[in-house]
Amino acid sequence: MTLGFYPGCSLKGSSREYAESVLAVAKAFDIAIEEIQDWNCCGATAAHNMNRELSLALPARILSLAEKQGLSEIVVPCAACYSRLTVTQHELAADQTLKARISEVNGMEYKGSVTILNIIQMLDKYITPRLEGKVVKPFNKKVACYYGCLLVRPHEILKFDREEDPQSMDELMLKAGATPIDWAFKTECCGAGLSVSRTHSVGKLSGLIVGDAKDRGAEAIIVACPMCHSNLDMRRKEINEYLGEKVDIPVLYVTQALGLAIGLDKKELGLNRHFVKVTV
Amino acid sequence: MSKIGVFVCHCGENIGATVDCARVAETSGKLDGVAYSVDYKYMCSDPGQSLIKSAIAEKGLTGVVVAACSPRMHEPTFRKACAEAGLNPYMCEMANLREHVSWVHEKGEATTEKAIDLVRILVEKVKYNQSLNAIKVPVTKTALVIGGGIAGIQASLDIANTGHKVILIEKDPSIGGHMSQLSETFPTLDCSQCILTPRMVEVAQHPNITLYSYAELESIEGFIGNFKAKIRRKSKSLDEKLCTGCGLCTTKCPVKKIPSEFNEGLGMRTAIYVPFPQAVPNKPVIDREHCTYYLKGKCRICEKVCPTQAIRFDQKDTIEEVEIGAIVLATGFSVKQPDFFPEYGYGKYPDVITGLQFERLASASGPTLGEIRRPSDSKVPQNIVFVACAGSRDEAKGIPYCSKICCMYIAKHAMLYQHKVHGGKSYVFYMDIRAGGKNYEEFVRRAIEEDGVNYVRGRVSRIYEKNGKLIVKGVDTLLGAMPVDIEADMVVLATAGVANNDAEALAQKLHVSYDAYKFFAEAHPKLKPVETNTAGIFLAGACQAPRDIPESVSMASGAAVKVACLFSQDELTRDPLIAVVNRMAPPVYSSCVGCFLCVSACPYQAIEKEEIKNRAGEVIKTLARVNPGLCQGCGTCVAFCRTKSIDLQGYTHEQMYTEVMALLNEY
Ligand SMILES: Cc1cc2nc3c(=O)[nH]c(=O)nc-3n(C[C@H](O)[C@H](O)[C@H](O)COP(=O)(O)OP(=O)(O)OC[C@H]3O[C@@H](n4cnc5c(N)ncnc54)[C@H](O)[C@@H]3O)c2cc1C
Ligand code: SF4
Ligand code: SF4
Ligand code: SF4
Ligand code: SF4
Repeated sequence: MTLGFYPGCSLKGSSREYAESVLAVAKAFDIAIEEIQDWNCCGATAAHNMNRELSLALPARILSLAEKQGLSEIVVPCAACYSRLTVTQHELAADQTLKARISEVNGMEYKGSVTILNIIQMLDKYITPRLEGKVVKPFNKKVACYYGCLLVRPHEILKFDREEDPQSMDELMLKAGATPIDWAFKTECCGAGLSVSRTHSVGKLSGLIVGDAKDRGAEAIIVACPMCHSNLDMRRKEINEYLGEKVDIPVLYVTQALGLAIGLDKKELGLNRHFVKVTV
Repeated sequence: MSKIGVFVCHCGENIGATVDCARVAETSGKLDGVAYSVDYKYMCSDPGQSLIKSAIAEKGLTGVVVAACSPRMHEPTFRKACAEAGLNPYMCEMANLREHVSWVHEKGEATTEKAIDLVRILVEKVKYNQSLNAIKVPVTKTALVIGGGIAGIQASLDIANTGHKVILIEKDPSIGGHMSQLSETFPTLDCSQCILTPRMVEVAQHPNITLYSYAELESIEGFIGNFKAKIRRKSKSLDEKLCTGCGLCTTKCPVKKIPSEFNEGLGMRTAIYVPFPQAVPNKPVIDREHCTYYLKGKCRICEKVCPTQAIRFDQKDTIEEVEIGAIVLATGFSVKQPDFFPEYGYGKYPDVITGLQFERLASASGPTLGEIRRPSDSKVPQNIVFVACAGSRDEAKGIPYCSKICCMYIAKHAMLYQHKVHGGKSYVFYMDIRAGGKNYEEFVRRAIEEDGVNYVRGRVSRIYEKNGKLIVKGVDTLLGAMPVDIEADMVVLATAGVANNDAEALAQKLHVSYDAYKFFAEAHPKLKPVETNTAGIFLAGACQAPRDIPESVSMASGAAVKVACLFSQDELTRDPLIAVVNRMAPPVYSSCVGCFLCVSACPYQAIEKEEIKNRAGEVIKTLARVNPGLCQGCGTCVAFCRTKSIDLQGYTHEQMYTEVMALLNEY
């Protein structure tokens, strides 16, 4: 079977290593991945702050393309894209008139037949059941699994994991040989898009996250979102300024940590692309 | 030839401003069979009713149509007026020009036309109405009270003091309910046990009250005045007559680590236990789920030490069958536990507790003997945070309503804390303070102004533990949404008051309606607050909605009065609007073919099989027969009967048919 793939903008740019690690892990398990052709931006935070119809039309177009391409299931590694696509699917399923209108706007029929998986769901469905015997280099570190805002919220729509104290990534990392820590900042905001406009605020918000992970002895922070990653990794200078100390805990995508555990090459997983050096 | 009177009511502006009432009266007057018609401002008023009565007398009316409000509102009023004027009350019908016309349509030609149509229909129907006689049923003058909290206690005592018998059943080993767990009570800070225990004892000693503790309702059948209930008396593994309540067994039982329900898990109890020292009855029960003997077949220490040989390991549950005339539901409420709150740690922090647990800490009879000590390490918390509306008023949690009692008990808790821990700091995170009630607002002001409790207006987004402290992340919305982090030693959640887990099942058993949150529904939110939609079943206390003690007690007394009213009559009259099976004489000729589809259709088990015998005593036919005491007049059987042998009095096939024809015919 073929799994559709919606990379979104980040995975083609600043978070290329996320895409690389997703594809590397999929390859290691012989999962055929097929990128959606001619995909567009999901609208991210900008669209739904400006225009509801636009914010639905953009993700709907992506889903229509997937339908046209004959994909029944797609993986969306970016938590923000995953949120926008799922919310769109939810809203259009609830309103037939709107659904027709959006199809018309896009000039492309939208059926709503595609199953959308976030990265954890994809790993849980296709990889963890086949993990036994494959973990050749257990990721035996204390890890802080950081879910961020969008992977688990809003719960009523995503119906994924426990919204305030999610566990799925922790369970996954446990299987990869890591020791997930119990900590308080799993779903606190990292500052998201303020990264560009108010870097200082991101220093504080992400600083609280990195600080708590450090205080509780984490040796790595595991994420599943390019935005979270760039804030915790790329903004480490501001974070350290806020914390008043130099914290060098690396931030890995869940697929990178898993990739290491199954013995994939660091470079193949894009680990060389991080700001905070990954020494693990 | 019918002589029907039509009485059109304006209901003040209610109908009059939308419907042309004069025209309705005038047009009705011209209808075939109508002898008199008139419109009037308030037909239900005294002069309005007199209008009807004198018309019946003067014009010799044979039927009456009152075109006014809903029959649910005033049908009894007008039927009574007709009866007073000598007309059979069931010759009176109501056309609903208010709920069905003026309140739902704009003023206009079509609206008045609709009003006329409704009157026409009923005029035709009344032509086929028959004089009916009310059904009389006897009343069993014993009440069943379910739930022995303060509401059930009060209701039982009040009913018993009117001279009627009461059976009180309580599922737990002792009566008392939540009030027995409370330390002191707002708004006067009097000790809860001190005011409650005398009443508990009074219940136990009252000659008119039979108390079954550790008992639950098994099943119920019947109807107002004539219920039959089966009560399951759970085995206590004890011969209560022999037990003197010495308590020796409870001191010797080796299983000592069972979290005590009474102490909300903050203290431990044994497998054979009395929930608390002032329990009523003050005799132990064996908790079979934890007793070593029941689990492993060994021990029986309690049996050995018992000086009166009262322990009975082989005792079984017994079913008590009782006949009662009325039921008071007083099963109370529950509170959400911390594991409902992921943002506050899903119950994983031992020092994040519920308000009810705080009551036990503050109670002189509690696990800390009234000292405020936190569960994890018994330290006295120097910083304490109270979180209001935990779960309540939160659409996302499925509890959009306000739990009503928590604002007050939080103020009480913070006050008690300040009184007990000198120099301690207390914070209350609240949305807004709901302190409506006599001396309530003053009570809260006292907490803030005299006891120095810090009220912070804002919600708490998260609680987590760090370096032995609970970090409470909140916001102060009065300081421009400023984030506030408090390092607390203990946090008390005022968790939402919710319906009991078994409330829905109980309501279904009793055919009582309940709301979206499984609280039992009152018959009318304003005018029938203690009645249910099921005749003869009343409500008291927090089973209807979160309620404080004064309200629970008032409701209980209200329900008791309703029961007493019912018991003041020897017979009840019911509307004869019930189904009857066609019984033309001799019964062999009844068109009923004995298929008994109706028996399976009736939701109230009101239809019986009746054997018709010849003189030699041989069964020649079996027919359906409706028990007039049980039939609720729902009409389901009528729809099922394939030979049209069942008809509903007051709503016969003939009447329905003429109504439809009237609507289709031009006039
Ligand atoms: C933390 C806290 C503090 C409070 N402080 C105050 C205060 O200071 N002042 C004040 O006025 N109010 C206070 N209250 C409110 C008070 O507890 C209630 O008003 C009161 O308990 C309601 O009484 P009730 O009899 O309706 O219900 P409950 O007290 O809940 O009693 C119901 C009884 O019915 C029994 N029962 C339940 N289901 C069944 C069944 N199926 N069959 C048989 N029996 C059953 C239960 O075991 C229980 O004994 C407080 C409440 C809380 C949670
Ligand atoms: S038999 Fe059961 S209740 Fe009695 S002492 Fe032993 S454990 Fe306790
Ligand atoms: S009574 Fe007060 S604390 Fe309780 S739900 Fe209502 S507003 Fe919130
Ligand atoms: S459904 Fe009708 S015919 Fe059949 S048993 Fe009942 S009354 Fe008789
Ligand atoms: S009218 Fe309803 S309650 Fe009465 S006998 Fe028929 S089905 Fe039963």
